[in-house]
Amino acid sequence: MSFSFSATVARRGFDVSFELAEGETLAVLGPNGSGKSTLLNLIAGLLTPDAGEAVLGGETLFRGRVFTPPHARGISLLAQEALLFPHLSVLNNVAFGPTSAGVKRADALRTARRWLAEVDASEFETRRPAQLSGGQTQRIAVARALAAEPRLLLLDEPMAALDVAVAPAIRRMLRRVLEKRTAIIVTHDVLDAFTLADRVIVIDRGHVVEDGPTRSVLEQPRDPFTAGIAGLNVLAGIRTAGGMRTAAGDELQLPGPADVTPGTACTAAIRPSGIRISGERPAGAANSLRRVVRDLEPRGDLVRLGSDDLAADVAPALVADLDVTPGSSVWFSFEPADATLYATAR
Amino acid sequence: MPRIAPSGPGSVPRWVLAIAIIGALFVVLPLVAMVVRVNWGEFIPLITSESSVDALLLSLRTSAAATALCIVFGVPMALVLARTSFPGQRIARSLVLLPLVLPPVVGGIALLYTFGRQGLLREPMNVLGIQIAFSTTAVILAQTFVALPFLVLSLEGALRTVGTRYEAVAATLGAGPTTVLRRITLPLVLPALVSGSVLSFARALGEFGATLTFAGSLQGVTRTLPLEIYLQRETDPDTAVALALVLVAVAVLVVGLAHQAGSRTRAGGGLL
Amino acid sequence: MTRTKASGRSIRNLSALVLAAAVVTGAAACAGTSAEPAAGTSAPDASASATATTAPAGTITVFAAASLKATFTKLGTDFEAANPGTTVTFSFAGSSDLVTQITGGAPADVFASADTKNMTKLTAATLVSGTPVDFATNILEIATPPGNPAGVKSFQDLANPDITTVICAPAVPCGAATVTVEQATGVTIPAVSEESAVTDVLGKVSSGEADAGLVYATDVQGAGSTVEGVPFAESSAAVNTYPIAALSATKSPGLAQAFIDYVTGADGQAVLTTAGFGKP
Repeated sequence: MSFSFSATVARRGFDVSFELAEGETLAVLGPNGSGKSTLLNLIAGLLTPDAGEAVLGGETLFRGRVFTPPHARGISLLAQEALLFPHLSVLNNVAFGPTSAGVKRADALRTARRWLAEVDASEFETRRPAQLSGGQTQRIAVARALAAEPRLLLLDEPMAALDVAVAPAIRRMLRRVLEKRTAIIVTHDVLDAFTLADRVIVIDRGHVVEDGPTRSVLEQPRDPFTAGIAGLNVLAGIRTAGGMRTAAGDELQLPGPADVTPGTACTAAIRPSGIRISGERPAGAANSLRRVVRDLEPRGDLVRLGSDDLAADVAPALVADLDVTPGSSVWFSFEPADATLYATAR
Repeated sequence: MPRIAPSGPGSVPRWVLAIAIIGALFVVLPLVAMVVRVNWGEFIPLITSESSVDALLLSLRTSAAATALCIVFGVPMALVLARTSFPGQRIARSLVLLPLVLPPVVGGIALLYTFGRQGLLREPMNVLGIQIAFSTTAVILAQTFVALPFLVLSLEGALRTVGTRYEAVAATLGAGPTTVLRRITLPLVLPALVSGSVLSFARALGEFGATLTFAGSLQGVTRTLPLEIYLQRETDPDTAVALALVLVAVAVLVVGLAHQAGSRTRAGGGLL
Repeated sequence: MTRTKASGRSIRNLSALVLAAAVVTGAAACAGTSAEPAAGTSAPDASASATATTAPAGTITVFAAASLKATFTKLGTDFEAANPGTTVTFSFAGSSDLVTQITGGAPADVFASADTKNMTKLTAATLVSGTPVDFATNILEIATPPGNPAGVKSFQDLANPDITTVICAPAVPCGAATVTVEQATGVTIPAVSEESAVTDVLGKVSSGEADAGLVYATDVQGAGSTVEGVPFAESSAAVNTYPIAALSATKSPGLAQAFIDYVTGADGQAVLTTAGFGKP
């Protein structure tokens, strides 16, 4: 079920187009307010665009005066909150899609039971939504969305409202059910994108700023937001013979692909965990940059030190030993193996 | 569910409690005063007289019919007010709710000028051969007129509280607008629909001014319980107070039953 | 229930009262001394000083049947004008309501009832001082919308089911009178509504909802041009008599009696006749 989409909504400064191949799962990343929800609402038919065109499997969803209402689109929307119908049992929730499509009740219940089994929630079929935990309701919401046999499945941050403890199980389940399925998943979590999506688009202020296969977009980001969400430092500069010269004038030693010729614009992505911190310039380090620490932020068992353009994840003990506080000046060092260099224009 | 406030009786300042008790007494004392005045020895004969029974049955019949009309027209009105937007919507809402603040007598006069023999609709009604004045239909119209806002108001509020998210999800699951209304929207606001209907029924049961002005007063045809009480008051205060007590009892019964039904659907629905 | 002051300017009344009191006490204390300068500020001198000596000044409250509202309001103003220094306050309501209030201790000096039955309740309870006096009568009349569209000419016409007739419920006085006339004539009225009050009957007739209504002659008179009256001879079968009496609880028995005398006197009777009441 291939899908092409192009729409503008003037009052929200929204202008997005992309295509999706049959069976492909697309992750949509972007900061809050970038237009991700607008995108999903436009696709689902809960919002009307000012202009544009969307075609799903040869059927026009909207173009000019043509507008297919939500219930006739064959697109299921799985929201952040499960939104199970509170007055229906779990089984009837899941059977809602089939019965709405006119399937006979017995057949609809059979379909519902099959999907409940698929998401490991068969035991809850007689319960009311109020009697379930967050993880359970989200499983059932997935079953309900899939039981409607959507041609396109939309997922709006399906794991954002869940405990970190249950998210991995739901993610595994989604990975299983999304295989070979045409789907769009809006997420904040780079892990979701890596595990679930074949392709990623990044939206910022209503426009697509990145579009490509998941790995290449997330490992070689050219947009600061993408770098941030991918957890990478990015430095822009000019390719030199041994590496690159950053905009700030620092010379870096980095191997790069042959097609990035010296003198062209290039970008280096550096993993924060690969950056070492020291009070004195370390001897023998390939690349060392002196930076003023702007902030310190605990991250699990590490502390993230942020400067204007580089962030490093270091052990708290080291932070204490070096007596790092905001305003301290320290050396950020990394080896070529912890960085990737690529042409800025892709 | 019999539950005391979670933080115990001390969670409200004492003075608030004191004022609340005075307020409650203000409502309850007049009822007590009425009960005290009832001639209990004659109570049963008084309320089972032919005219009393006629009035009670007429009241129940017309109030039920008025409530049905309120549901038939009020549900779509509430849906349009809560789920659509159109120019002049605020004015439309104010107009619909006007009977709430209008003295019932004024409502009766307005109905007279609409459905009366000399009213606005006299031509079409003559053509159709409809005579509403002095008929039971007139009573039902008067009651519907004053009771309709109660249903619209409570239902519209509930629709806004429930929001449109469940409806949107249902639509993306392939349910058309009518299916969404039948299987999602109405079940979600069922408690409000029940309580709104009860309010409407209670209001219809107590309707007096508009009925008196618009429908007249004839035993078994247009003389509802409040009109019978008003008439008996002139000559037979014992009957009047006995019937008043019956009216209160019926109202309490209906409200109590509906409250039960409401809390049952609430418990089941797990919403609101 | 409506409470009306026969004369609205209470401050002026108060000053008049003080003046009148000064006249009376002055006359008592130094007989022969002319009270002219003091009384000179109020109405015609001769009548003022004459009444001041016969009727005591002060305020009385008259409880009167609702059907007397227009006439008694006028009579009160006239009485005050004729007796400077007096104030007559009215409370108009249904006669049975008023009896309930008086029995309950309401501060009334005079009671004017729309029927003898309610007056009898008070005399039986020994709340009346002296014997009630009949001061007016009232008979039924047919009221029709302006132009009498159904062409009602007689009481017998009301038996026609095609003529939409509204009457009072038998429980209220005008309805009781209607029943009496029906029994006396053998005519049964297929009424479409039996109202609790005369005003409701008039409302249905004046709005054109009903072709005819049975109300009192005074109601037809009071309704002005909104209804037309059709008098009928059979109404003599039910003549409603209005009695008036001073109440035993009054603190101004003299003034109360003066007001009753005024109502039953020539001036009072003239006002009542104009309003459509009959002679007692």
